[in-house]
Amino acid sequence: MRAIVTVIGKDRVGIIADVCSLLASNSVNILDISQTVMRDYFTMIMLVEAPEGTDFAALSALLDDEGEKTGLKIRIQREEIFEAMHRI
Amino acid sequence: MINNSEILQTIEMIDQQHLDIRTVTMGISLLDCADPDIAACRRKVYDKICSRAENLVRVCEDIEHEFGIPIVNKRIAVTPMALVAAASEASDLTPLAKAMDEGAKAVGASFIGGFSALVSKGFTPADRALIASIPEALASTDIVCSSVNVATTRAGINMDAVRLMGETVKAAAEATADNGGMACAKLVTFANAVEDNPFMAGAFHGTGEPETVINVGVSGPGVVHNALLAVKGRPFDEVADTIKKTAFRITRMGQLVAREASKRLGVPFGIVDLSLAPTADIGDSVADILEEMGLESVGTHGATAALALLNDAVKKGGVMASGHVGGLSGAFIPVSEDAGMIRAVASGALCIDQLTAMTSVCSVGLDMIAVPGDTPAATIAAIIADEAAIGVINSKTTAVRLIPAPGKVVGDTIDFGGLLGSAPVMPVHKLGSDAFIARGGRIPAPLGSLRN
Repeated sequence: MRAIVTVIGKDRVGIIADVCSLLASNSVNILDISQTVMRDYFTMIMLVEAPEGTDFAALSALLDDEGEKTGLKIRIQREEIFEAMHRI
Repeated sequence: MINNSEILQTIEMIDQQHLDIRTVTMGISLLDCADPDIAACRRKVYDKICSRAENLVRVCEDIEHEFGIPIVNKRIAVTPMALVAAASEASDLTPLAKAMDEGAKAVGASFIGGFSALVSKGFTPADRALIASIPEALASTDIVCSSVNVATTRAGINMDAVRLMGETVKAAAEATADNGGMACAKLVTFANAVEDNPFMAGAFHGTGEPETVINVGVSGPGVVHNALLAVKGRPFDEVADTIKKTAFRITRMGQLVAREASKRLGVPFGIVDLSLAPTADIGDSVADILEEMGLESVGTHGATAALALLNDAVKKGGVMASGHVGGLSGAFIPVSEDAGMIRAVASGALCIDQLTAMTSVCSVGLDMIAVPGDTPAATIAAIIADEAAIGVINSKTTAVRLIPAPGKVVGDTIDFGGLLGSAPVMPVHKLGSDAFIARGGRIPAPLGSLRN
């Protein structure tokens, strides 16, 4: 299933590498990625594909922990919620 | 493909503007639990709640994780218990309230509604037994909510029931005197009650509903307030348009959650309720929206017009976003559950008369209002009659949830905790309504034409 991963927080070296390797180790494929840095504030948005049957709660807890350790807010949300809210 | 600013906007709404799903409420019919033996009925009620709602909380939590949207309450609404209890001749229906409480707790639900009676035209013996049981039932349970419908536009107002509810509210307060009259926070007196309301304390599963159903209530006063910051000082056309667009987004999210919950639970989707439900958290207030429109404080002149616009625009935006809209669908103005309302009452800007006027243009009525503990039952009944009249004449739902907290006077505050918030005690008119309430009988149904 497709999902959106967002990473928001203070910029530092290696954020993308860390998040990507965590996703890869959970068999989550990255389809698209974009990032901006505004005044030291890092925002990364990724479109990802998780294998069917992925334990979403566990994966989001993993990302949460990773974010907690590094002072970032990392979220994974299914794509449908954004489509529902912004597309007719 | 969704663009980045849309993604970040959604996240900001959830993170900073308190956007959430206020409740996923599963309606369950208990009609087949009727039994002449009240103990057998109690067992059936407990068993049915446990089996039908077994997966409700787990499924809602899965949805929360996957979509990243909080679902604040997972609730259950059941058939009005007076209908279920009619097969027995029991005079005390407290055991059935306990069965509801135990069943709902067993499945992890946050509230269960439906300890209810519908008496707009008159009482069955079971209706009388249920109303007589309300104070004890609410005092001896934790998460059971009760409601009584005393009026409809087609039947008029049952003034005997209005009188009885005035007395019942007082008795419920006395039964939980140690707890600030907490039972009254779980007791609603309705006019034109709806069968598919997902919100507490007034939720019940009507007889026109299927065996089980999923109804969803969304929230989002903070999101609407934030959107209005962008149209400061602009004409009302733009205000209305901004609210409509925001309500559309909020409701689409509710619809998505409702559809998912319905699919995963194998339970039909009922409705999305388009109510704007505040919480006592800062930034989650309906009063803030009205003040953002230009009022110095909610309660001053203009508040009714502001609320009318808000209520209508929320519906117009929401109705296109959902397949089926129902429930109460209107802005709520509960005093204790809205930081802006609490502020206005505490500063003396908002009184019960202005609140009554506001209830004529919004959902749902005089809600979560603490009044002095020595308020007579007849005065409470008269307040119920006024609200019922507004509902009956305007063909809308109105309700009264007053808390005459024992021993409390104007200036005191009652703290209920959690979503129920805290309520400053508001003054009521001192002049009596006793002779008015003592008459009893029925106020006839109003004319449907000549509408002025």
